[in-house]
Amino acid sequence: MAEELKLFRTWSSRYSLRVVNALKIKGLEYETILEDLQNKSASLLEYNPTHKKVPVLVHNGKPICESLLILEYIDETWKQHPLLPQDPYLKAMARFWAKFGDDKVLPSIWSVFISQGQEQEEAIALAAGNLKFLEELLKGKKFFGGETIGYLDLAFGWMANLISILEEIVDLKLVDRKIFPLLSEWMNSFSDDPVIKECWPPRNKMVEKFKAMREPYLKELHETEVMQFSLSS
Amino acid sequence: MSSSIKKMAEKVTLLSFWPSMFCVFALEEKGLSYEYREDLPNKTPLLTEMNSIHKKIPILIHNGKPICESLIIVEYIDDVWSDRAQLLPSDPYEKAQARFWADFVDKKVYGAGGKITWHRYKHEAAEGKKELIENLKVLEGVLGDKSYFGGETFGYLDIALLGFYMWFPAYETFGSFSIEAECPKLIAWGRRCSQRESVSKCLAEPNKMVDVVVRFRRMFGLK
Repeated sequence: MAEELKLFRTWSSRYSLRVVNALKIKGLEYETILEDLQNKSASLLEYNPTHKKVPVLVHNGKPICESLLILEYIDETWKQHPLLPQDPYLKAMARFWAKFGDDKVLPSIWSVFISQGQEQEEAIALAAGNLKFLEELLKGKKFFGGETIGYLDLAFGWMANLISILEEIVDLKLVDRKIFPLLSEWMNSFSDDPVIKECWPPRNKMVEKFKAMREPYLKELHETEVMQFSLSS
Repeated sequence: MSSSIKKMAEKVTLLSFWPSMFCVFALEEKGLSYEYREDLPNKTPLLTEMNSIHKKIPILIHNGKPICESLIIVEYIDDVWSDRAQLLPSDPYEKAQARFWADFVDKKVYGAGGKITWHRYKHEAAEGKKELIENLKVLEGVLGDKSYFGGETFGYLDIALLGFYMWFPAYETFGSFSIEAECPKLIAWGRRCSQRESVSKCLAEPNKMVDVVVRFRRMFGLK
């Protein structure tokens, strides 16, 4: 039976990129439906009525939502180029670290991006603490998955693309090669992989997008500073 | 036969606190021997050593190797002891659905319930109650007319929600409402699950949960 695969995503969504990468690694053909999150399609709302978010993978008419769950589904359905380890303990560890990435690492890096001054100093310390765990995980390995890109590399993949963009905008080095040599190397290896490289969203568009996302936080800070200045004078 | 004997000789320890029951349900369903050690709020050196990242329970220690996060532990138990009482469906799509809804429970029921039990201001409890009812109604829809979320068999998603079912008396007390009035099918499901041997031996009495919340609220300085 001919498989029908559709992926609902946006041009920049880091969660969608995980699925794009996984499908490419597995060598699967699929149709892309690009969504505008300000104007979601009826189909997206039908396939993901609970969260109304991307990505959604639709396989033979059946939707699967949540990027990490989609990765597991893809890995369980198509056995070539396995993404997750077979060993139950290693699999549990991969899931744990992927959750850590989403629940702790990403928010801590986001905090650095949107804060300034003292608050930013504290945010940097927290983010660095989280990144140290990842540095440890890479000891003796080229990728989090070992010799080849796997589930956890795809889960952390957003870092290899987004961190340098955020660093450029805030003019700060978060992943210093001297402090995080393994993580820096991983970011290069991951980005240089031919499968991954092909899928990166255009950098200039990303810079523009994230600069715009930062604006409201800068404005807020400026207004606070103005208020503090007028209170003190 | 020899591999299951080997597995039975393996050392399994669960570091937990009795209100967090997910892993216990899974271990009991599988009929496993394990050592149960209560922790929190007095964090022991073992806890700190085994979960240096979050310093949170529950932690399953299997042959010296720690696994953390309740649902990750439940899946691990299902993977390792795959020869009995299967908790997750075999079909990848059904599995994805079970995981999706377990994630929904983890994020939405936990979040809304927490607003009720740990509210500082009355409006927070009211918000939590509204959200909780909405989310439980969605789950009631997912259950439909099935005996369990797993269909005819008790499984992963039942365990994921059952861990919160125990807190229902506390939500009802601090939110001043009846969950049964809003979601009768879900309460019927909860009662059905409670009759399972694996569950009935671990389920706390309703008042105990309310007492725990009262005690913790006092500890956090909440009225």
